[in-house]
Amino acid sequence: MAMLTPAETRRRVDASLRRRYRSEWLFRLYGLVSVLLGVGFLLVLFATIIGNGYGAFRQVFIQLEVQFDPAVLDPEGTRQQDTLASADYSQLVKTSLRTLFPDAEDRTSRRELNALVSSGGAFNLQKMLLADPTLLGQTRDVWLPADDEVNVFVKGRGPAAGAGSGDEAQRLSDRQIAWIQTLESSGKLEQRFNTIFFTAGDSREPELAGIWGATKGSFFMLFVTLFLAFPLGVAAAIYLEEFASRNWLVDVIEVNINNLAAVPSIVFGLLGLAVFINFFGMPRSAPLVGGLVLTLMTLPVIIIASRAAIKSVPPSVREAALGVGASPMQMVFHHVLPLALPGMMTGAIIGMARALGESAPLLMIGMVAFVVEPPGGPMSPSTALPVQIYLWADSPERAFVERTSAAIMVLLAFLLVMNAAAVWLRSRFERRW
Amino acid sequence: MRLTTLALILTAMALAAFYLGRSRAAAIGGGPGKARLLHSLPKYYGYYTAMWCVLPGLVLLLAWTALSDTVITGRVIEALPDSLRNQPEAQLGLTLNDIRNLAAGQMVDEARRPEFAVAADLYNNLRTASQRLLSGLIIAVSFLGFALAWWRLQPKFRARNHVELAIKAALIAASLVAILTTLGILLSVTFEAIRFFRQVPFDDFLFGLTWSPQMAIRADQVGSSGAFGAVPLFVGTLLISAIALIVAVPIGLMIAIYLSEYARPAVRRVLKPLLEVLAGIPTVVYGYFAALTMAPVIRQWGDSLGLDVASESALGAGLVMGIMIIPFVSSLSDDVINAVPQAMRDGSYALGATRSETIKRVILRAALPGIVGGVLLAASRAIGETMIVVMAAGLSANLTANPLESVTTVTVQIVTLLVGDQEFDSPKTLAAFALGLVLFVVTLILNIIALQVVRRYREQYD
Amino acid sequence: MLLMDKEPGFVPMRERGEPKDGAGKPAGKAPAIADAAETDRIAPETVGDITSKNAVIKVRGGNVHYGDTHALRNISLDVGRNEVVALIGPSGCGKSTFIRCLNRMNDTIESARVTGDFRLDGTDIYARDTDVVLLRARVGMVFQKPNPFPKSIYENVAYGPRIHGLASNRAELDDIVYGSLERAGLVNEVKDRLDEPGTGLSGGQQQRLCIARTIAVNPEVILMDEPCSALDPIATARIEDLIDELSQQYAIAIVTHSMQQAARVSNRTAYFHLGRLVEVGPTDKIFTNPSHKLTEDYVTGRFG
Repeated sequence: MAMLTPAETRRRVDASLRRRYRSEWLFRLYGLVSVLLGVGFLLVLFATIIGNGYGAFRQVFIQLEVQFDPAVLDPEGTRQQDTLASADYSQLVKTSLRTLFPDAEDRTSRRELNALVSSGGAFNLQKMLLADPTLLGQTRDVWLPADDEVNVFVKGRGPAAGAGSGDEAQRLSDRQIAWIQTLESSGKLEQRFNTIFFTAGDSREPELAGIWGATKGSFFMLFVTLFLAFPLGVAAAIYLEEFASRNWLVDVIEVNINNLAAVPSIVFGLLGLAVFINFFGMPRSAPLVGGLVLTLMTLPVIIIASRAAIKSVPPSVREAALGVGASPMQMVFHHVLPLALPGMMTGAIIGMARALGESAPLLMIGMVAFVVEPPGGPMSPSTALPVQIYLWADSPERAFVERTSAAIMVLLAFLLVMNAAAVWLRSRFERRW
Repeated sequence: MRLTTLALILTAMALAAFYLGRSRAAAIGGGPGKARLLHSLPKYYGYYTAMWCVLPGLVLLLAWTALSDTVITGRVIEALPDSLRNQPEAQLGLTLNDIRNLAAGQMVDEARRPEFAVAADLYNNLRTASQRLLSGLIIAVSFLGFALAWWRLQPKFRARNHVELAIKAALIAASLVAILTTLGILLSVTFEAIRFFRQVPFDDFLFGLTWSPQMAIRADQVGSSGAFGAVPLFVGTLLISAIALIVAVPIGLMIAIYLSEYARPAVRRVLKPLLEVLAGIPTVVYGYFAALTMAPVIRQWGDSLGLDVASESALGAGLVMGIMIIPFVSSLSDDVINAVPQAMRDGSYALGATRSETIKRVILRAALPGIVGGVLLAASRAIGETMIVVMAAGLSANLTANPLESVTTVTVQIVTLLVGDQEFDSPKTLAAFALGLVLFVVTLILNIIALQVVRRYREQYD
Repeated sequence: MLLMDKEPGFVPMRERGEPKDGAGKPAGKAPAIADAAETDRIAPETVGDITSKNAVIKVRGGNVHYGDTHALRNISLDVGRNEVVALIGPSGCGKSTFIRCLNRMNDTIESARVTGDFRLDGTDIYARDTDVVLLRARVGMVFQKPNPFPKSIYENVAYGPRIHGLASNRAELDDIVYGSLERAGLVNEVKDRLDEPGTGLSGGQQQRLCIARTIAVNPEVILMDEPCSALDPIATARIEDLIDELSQQYAIAIVTHSMQQAARVSNRTAYFHLGRLVEVGPTDKIFTNPSHKLTEDYVTGRFG
């Protein structure tokens, strides 16, 4: 072999350096760009959602002078609860609007005028009257929710922009915009905190739709899931870590658990549809069934986390317990389990967070139904928070964009709290042996 | 008797059994506090009696619940007039549904006929009778169990061993749930898929080039119309997954490399959890983002370049899915990169290699099997991902590899076929299960291979 | 913070801190080193001649801190051309730390701080404009545990020449690889299976492969950090023969725990104790007639 002299070696290495440092720099740049891309995506995602959604927490209300006219509500003067409940309250709104804006004379302009106030306004009046029947015949100043298009217009307009500045605003006619401005200048139109969004169920009218029903549905589902998946998962983990001897059955169970954790969630939905609904005849759209499906889905996650937690308990604890004459079962339940519990709970919370965000399997078992009434229990038809987001995202009304984003913000807030709890639990109880 | 009342009674009986068993054990063991003659602590005798009191009743309850509906339905059908009883099976199912609804107190338009009302009454009567019988039986069985346990309480009786045996059985049962789940998926999906393949030939499904399930409106139109060639769905799924992986694998891998080999610990502590937030965001949020933000942006880009982009292009769904998978890929890569021994790095640095040379030529080389495993897992996740494609990909089954066109995927079709009104016998509904079977088998194979590769890789350096 | 859920089959990652295999030793294991007064009392200055006639490496007043730990105190030592210097001493005395200063492998340890004058052929190793890549090409290193790359035998040896661009064509590269394997005494054992992975060789062969990998870059100095501690006696004997041959050409510094090995392979021996260089001298003098009490205690086996 022709040996290079040290000087020649040094020269060749030196000659390679420029090229190599350049590629080093480039590689590092790729890495940095990738990280920035990742963080950038996150920021764009959050900016989009918050930018679209923060408006939904405020709602436009219009003040009307409403006369609870007995001639409209109770023409026969019976004062019966039934008559009052089924009366035509929207007529009151219309009358009130017409007195406010007498310039609306032809049919189209009247229809446009009536469209300013949400159809939910009539329900508010009905509720008021039923709560206090003495109102009949009196006149009151009432704040009623505005229509979704009015909401979009009022919120979407910058403070400086004039009427109908963007093309976006053109869903409202010039006449309607003029009315809105008149209302605004006379202080009869204002934005308030949107309680409807947090207390109502779903609705076809964006300004009346809320997430309370979906939140309740999600809550019932998570309750079922936690109630079933945590004990089952912990029990399975205890068996596999502490009692199972190495045999083919245990191997099969292990491979199974690992694979189940990677099975697409929609397949669990198919299982739920075929087994729980079609075979066992459970009701569709029920949080109970959703909870069962999510239980099967989160079970592998909890088992894996629980096994890791049990594994981290040092053998010396077990030996000490067995040494003083505890049975294996007593050793596990008195010594190992208490030490492993924080880890298991962390795993359970992470599993629950994942279950809360899951929607695909719920579509399969009918939780996409349009449910107005918030569910009363795990058997009543309901939807779930992520599914509600899906349903609203599909709706054509522009005002639902805002609501969808706001619902996403609420969902993310829940997830954030759950994960923060998991992090706290881990740092609080984590023990290094 | 309501189920809750029954549960309360059983709980009370169990508590009573526990205390009775414990005090009796204490008594025969030589009085309270002096249980030296006993094999186990008195409380185990209590657990034992309580167990015998409750378990037989529970078993009975489960068995009864599983079987009673079938028996009752059979009796109701027998009692139906011939005209109704001899209907075809599908029609009979509808009739029964109506009867059940009527029995539950809902008004059913088609069921105002008197024979329906009679059947509903019978149904309700039978149910009430069955529940009464069940409650009585359960309480009786519980007493019997309690008596049996009571009779066996002797000082030498090994109560703890029996109780522990029962607990162990429960633990085993819990770990079998995982197997039951897999079995349940496999059986239910396969069963429905077989029913589908009886109506649509297997080859037509797997190799057919047209997919238009909407044409088969009624069950009796099978075969004459409706095309169930799933190739366009497979191609669409692969196209979107490929786009997702093209985005996610390089970016995810480079993020893992940068954070584990370049970034300083302080920077890593901030950036890592931040990127992990991406992994915790529900897929429905990504789907919303894809449909609302990404799709219009891509369209605009396409327009400015003079390209014709579908509003639900494969590109949009694929890109967003890629973003979703980035943290998945980077976390898996991070794991395998960190498993490469430090000695390997030292050897390379000592020869005068730069960082990037060490990473590219030594670390990635060593970590390759693990990374391949991670990519396979990511692919399986992309294929099975549902919400993003449901919200951002199209419904029309175009057979194309052009990412600017709209394609549909397996998961989108499953959702479309199963959401809304469905008849359980039509091939349209059953097709969803056939697609589900394909999805399950493909992802299962990918997962098994990936997990095996990764496991072998880890063992190499352990 | 939303947590990332770990997929099944992956155990949580191992945190990478300080490197394993000897390099990290000084950091935690030698609390005594931190006791400045103690070391100053036992060995205020080095006994014997630290210089070398034909010095390639010249260290004057070298100090290393790992965080708060003062791991090396005021070391001065030369390593000459065609000379094997053995570094001996009890565990945690700073021998490994010392040789890792010579090719700046301590750079990879976050908390390490090196001061003093370290020179390779007259150029300052720690100067700002010194290129680490070039330095490491000139100062090769063999580690305690054989660490072949997960590549073929050929590629293992070709790795250095390839990255440094030492061969301009395939024939030259082949030449370098064969020559290096030959000088490492491995060519007869592996010439028929150059395409097989280097990890498939036996421990002794792997270590010789690592030596071949090092000399393929044609370094001027070779550092060896207990190169035989993971090998059986027969493999050790072969490596020792190899070191003897290599000393014809290179300056070699070898850390060893075995005094017999130091006696067999080295010309000069340096005895380290608690971060101090206690005594340096010709190997036979150190082992037969040491000047310092500590050296005598160590080589006669009174502690160590």
